[in-house]
Amino acid sequence: MSMKSGVVVFPGSNRERDMLYALENITGAKPQAIWHADTELPELDLVVLCGGFSYGDYLRTGAIAARGHIMPAIVKAADKGVRILGICNGFQILCEAGLLPGVLMRNAGLKFVCKEVKLEVANAKTDFTRKYAQGQVWRCPVAHGDGNYFTDPETLKRLEGEGRVGLRYAEGTNPNGSLNDIAGILNERGNVFGMMPHPENMIEPMNGATDGRALFESVLEAVA
Amino acid sequence: MKARIKVTLKNGVLDPQGKAIEGALGSLGFSGVASVRQGKLFEVELDETDPAKAKAALEEMSKKLLANTVIENYAVELDEK
Repeated sequence: MSMKSGVVVFPGSNRERDMLYALENITGAKPQAIWHADTELPELDLVVLCGGFSYGDYLRTGAIAARGHIMPAIVKAADKGVRILGICNGFQILCEAGLLPGVLMRNAGLKFVCKEVKLEVANAKTDFTRKYAQGQVWRCPVAHGDGNYFTDPETLKRLEGEGRVGLRYAEGTNPNGSLNDIAGILNERGNVFGMMPHPENMIEPMNGATDGRALFESVLEAVA
Repeated sequence: MKARIKVTLKNGVLDPQGKAIEGALGSLGFSGVASVRQGKLFEVELDETDPAKAKAALEEMSKKLLANTVIENYAVELDEK
């Protein structure tokens, strides 16, 4: 089993090294770093938009990156069914780009939160969660100032009704006021997933737990 | 041609920053502040001299970048001179 993956790097991205390391560690294949100014993507099974503060969070988090040179190629890849994973700032970029519905607003408590939360697998049938059990609760760190998921009531109803909420903050650990404790959502087709927490930082015993591995292993299994 | 674009949060969208400012006004002794909502103001200078074309371009800019219409409204104002 091997998977060709790539991590998009924008000015202000800062989790690309962690992500590249995690992908190589878990998939066994070296991922590619993709520069934001490129206009074409290599042939990939998984494109990751990593965490950070692209363009200094100017205007709105993810807003400038979402209109970057590489984005039309990412939209095209998503249309072809390539798996796209957005973590933290990557989730914000996917929402701003219209690949996922809704928006990540300022945390309800107004503070940047950097801590560990509990995540519950709300749908274990997705390409990004299939190696977890339905309802499984796992440990994962978060580090963000704008993770407060918001969308209109109709879209929220659709997301819930169509099983597109993949992950929820569990056991009262919602760190940001996110609607329905939403931590991660899918697009309609199920090949684009965005989440605020950082599974790439929970993959080795050194991290305190390895709960994040299954997320990447899920994609690995899905593309095999 | 100069223009201003005012971007404000839609009704019903929670504004924690506005709430914090409201609280700070209260603690400064300003009473009777029923609510505060925070928004953004963009001042844009255009080469375009035709007001209708300028307005249309500014609308596009607002929709495509300046406002996130999931949570924000925008209003375009032209300086007519």
